[in-house]
Amino acid sequence: MQHVRVKPMMPPGHVRTPHYLRGKIGVIERSLGAFPNPEDLAYGHAAPALPLYRVRFRLGDIWGEDTPHPDDTLDAEIYDHWLEPADAP
Amino acid sequence: MPHDHHDHLSPSGHPYREDDDTPLSYWQTMEIAVRELLVEKGITTPADIAAQIETMDARSPANGAQVVARAWTDPAFRAELLADASAATRDMGFDIGPLNLIALENTADVHNVVVCTLCSCYPRNLLGLPPDWYKSRAYRSRTVREPRAVLAEFGVTLPDTTTVRVHDSTADMRYIVIPARPEGTENLSEHELAALVTRDSMIGTGLAKLP
Repeated sequence: MQHVRVKPMMPPGHVRTPHYLRGKIGVIERSLGAFPNPEDLAYGHAAPALPLYRVRFRLGDIWGEDTPHPDDTLDAEIYDHWLEPADAP
Repeated sequence: MPHDHHDHLSPSGHPYREDDDTPLSYWQTMEIAVRELLVEKGITTPADIAAQIETMDARSPANGAQVVARAWTDPAFRAELLADASAATRDMGFDIGPLNLIALENTADVHNVVVCTLCSCYPRNLLGLPPDWYKSRAYRSRTVREPRAVLAEFGVTLPDTTTVRVHDSTADMRYIVIPARPEGTENLSEHELAALVTRDSMIGTGLAKLP
């Protein structure tokens, strides 16, 4: 299981990484292949294809262990440049 | 009620719909300008646009229900669907366009539910247009924060032994939930089974109907 952290970046403009996941640690659920970077596509710029992953997070790791059912999970699609290797939380 | 004469009811008893005679918004004006330019330059025609709208309106959850019913009855198709839902539904004859589809199977151990927190991503080619609540801030924000509370409001209460998996459709994938096949449906045909598959059961906010 490869753990990854969503980089806590706050760039302006169109991004498809939800705020609530920034800085959170999850595991790669699957690789989805490469897709044109929506951060360029949104402005009509040439958009290089970037690897896209489905990352699975425990709800407890997103909202804190006192959240009801912390072992329920959330999967989201996150682009490679938003991810960095991490240790298990 | 048809003979009650309230100000907001027509003589036939139906509520009046207010005339839509407010000025165009900025984006409505923009849409008309771009559309007229595209027509003027010969890139598209009003007939093409009308045909596309009809195609979009003709898509309904009945398409997705056929996919689910086949997955329930055809183990080889189920395996293909879980491995590559785009290819499997395309092979079944659905025009899913460039859609990247992932099928999520509900079982006794796992319940999947789909949300798009950033906008309203939805597998329109298989389920038609999304319901209004799917696009609401309440559904989008609460489903990732307290999924079981949201599901309970839809009438779906799950045991603690079932793991809830929320899927936030943040980028290029679209998701269809394959609800669990209800018990007591062993003798139903694929066609009869499809009638049990509701729109909400394919979003994950509902279960398949009992026969």
